[in-house]
Amino acid sequence: MIQFDAVHKRFPNGTTAVHDLTLDMAEGGVTVLVGSSGCGKTTTLRMINRMVEPTSGTIRVGGQDVTRQDAAELRRSIGYVIQQAGLFPHRTVLDNIATVPLLLGHGRRKARARAAGLLETVGLSAEAGKRYPHQLSGGQQQRVGVARALAADPPVLLMDEPFGAVDPVVRTQLQDELLRLQKELSKTIVFVTHDIDEAVRLGDQIAIFRTGGHLVQCASPTELLARPADDFVAGFLGAERGLKLLSLKTLAAVPQGPAPEGGPWTLVLDAANKPLHWASDDAELPVRALKDDDSLLSALDESIASPTGLIARVDADGVLTGVSSRDDIHQHAGQAHTEARVAA
Amino acid sequence: MYELFKNLGSWLTSGAQWSGSDGIVHRLAEHLQYSLLATLIAAAIGLPLGLLIGHTGKGAFVAINLASFGRALPTVGLVVLVFLAGGLSMVPVYVALVALAVPAIVTNTYAGMTAVDPDVKDAARGQGMRGHQVLFQVELPLALPLIMTGLRLALIQVVATATIAAYVSFGGLGRYVFDGLAQRDLVQVLGGAVLVAAVAVVLDLLLSTLQRFLFRHRTA
Repeated sequence: MIQFDAVHKRFPNGTTAVHDLTLDMAEGGVTVLVGSSGCGKTTTLRMINRMVEPTSGTIRVGGQDVTRQDAAELRRSIGYVIQQAGLFPHRTVLDNIATVPLLLGHGRRKARARAAGLLETVGLSAEAGKRYPHQLSGGQQQRVGVARALAADPPVLLMDEPFGAVDPVVRTQLQDELLRLQKELSKTIVFVTHDIDEAVRLGDQIAIFRTGGHLVQCASPTELLARPADDFVAGFLGAERGLKLLSLKTLAAVPQGPAPEGGPWTLVLDAANKPLHWASDDAELPVRALKDDDSLLSALDESIASPTGLIARVDADGVLTGVSSRDDIHQHAGQAHTEARVAA
Repeated sequence: MYELFKNLGSWLTSGAQWSGSDGIVHRLAEHLQYSLLATLIAAAIGLPLGLLIGHTGKGAFVAINLASFGRALPTVGLVVLVFLAGGLSMVPVYVALVALAVPAIVTNTYAGMTAVDPDVKDAARGQGMRGHQVLFQVELPLALPLIMTGLRLALIQVVATATIAAYVSFGGLGRYVFDGLAQRDLVQVLGGAVLVAAVAVVLDLLLSTLQRFLFRHRTA
């Protein structure tokens, strides 16, 4: 969908921001550009919608060379979300979202109707549409920023550290919502961040940049975590990259059995067979029941927290289906690692 | 001193003083006419200049230095200069008043433009706005509070200075000041000065109230 071919960017002051970049970003996938500040990831993103012009090389979106298109029209066909949202403070939320449809010459009524629909898509109330940006929280502003980028239904979405300025709790929420939206909309998303956990969470493909604008490795999160290309990438992924890999694997394949009888701790269920807590003669401990699509990492975490080393498995409705042991989880975790590391 | 204020009081309140071609109402109308026209002309020059400098970022030194130029400008000197060069008409008065008002307008317009959040401008461009759309749909509306401050300051300065019309034999509230000086009528001088000050203060209050009302949705 988006192709970089031998792209070079040198700024007038002589610094090279992007060095000989050749990179394909697949249609309908999330490509995360990651690296420390000054590595050229934002410049790379901004060259796609010509906010920055490349010094040499070509960038194609949908097969068409971006430099041969009118810059303003190109930008209207590409969604753009930035860190501080960059909302227009003098316009209501609804009018902010309607920006691109209005620029495209859709009527005001049609643009507003589209904007109102998008409020719901990004999880905001209809009432929020009448407010001004400064009356919203940082997380809500960012949602409006996403809605504005989606307003003309562009096939491509550029997101420049969109969740960098909100607190960790809100950030996780926004990441979840982006994943949910992406399931529905299947946009080609280019996402810039310096947070490797965010990259692993959101990316179908992660491109790691090193200072000086060098692309070091571009791979799926699993491959990146299992087989980092060099020490720089390994260092960037951090010491717990084994655990990060587990966050990408689900619990589904881990065997489960009936909850054992006897022993000091028993799993207490409610009338509908939903796990309530672990209980012994004189204490109670909370239980976090896990579904099949929860990650191996959360299973491992819960198996450590659980007093019996067992995790409670439930179906989509929260009804107990069985328990899995610490050993089974461990064994599967190890297996997942080995598979990822030897995979060609 | 008490006598003086008592006389000033009766000067300001006597009905005869308010009517006729030398009455306060007529002089006030003249004064406002000079002031508004001069400010309007200054706005026609200063606004585009300030917007252009702010939008392109080129010529910022002009906008910054105009402020000190405006302060240093000897208004009466300018009137006399243009009067000597061009003869007796309202032209020298307008030239001087416009020259006085332009710097305040340019400097504040420019300041308003530079105060617009760069992220907002970046987002505007990134959504696909063209240069003029960024200017008129984003930068100008956001700079408006400071632009209005500039216009207000300019108008107040012009109102306070429009007395010089009387210096070259025209009307306005300055008439009382210069006539009073010529006739050694201190009460009249003082009356004129008080009126000019009152007009300036009232206009300032009206305009700043209007500004507060217009921009009540803004945070800053």
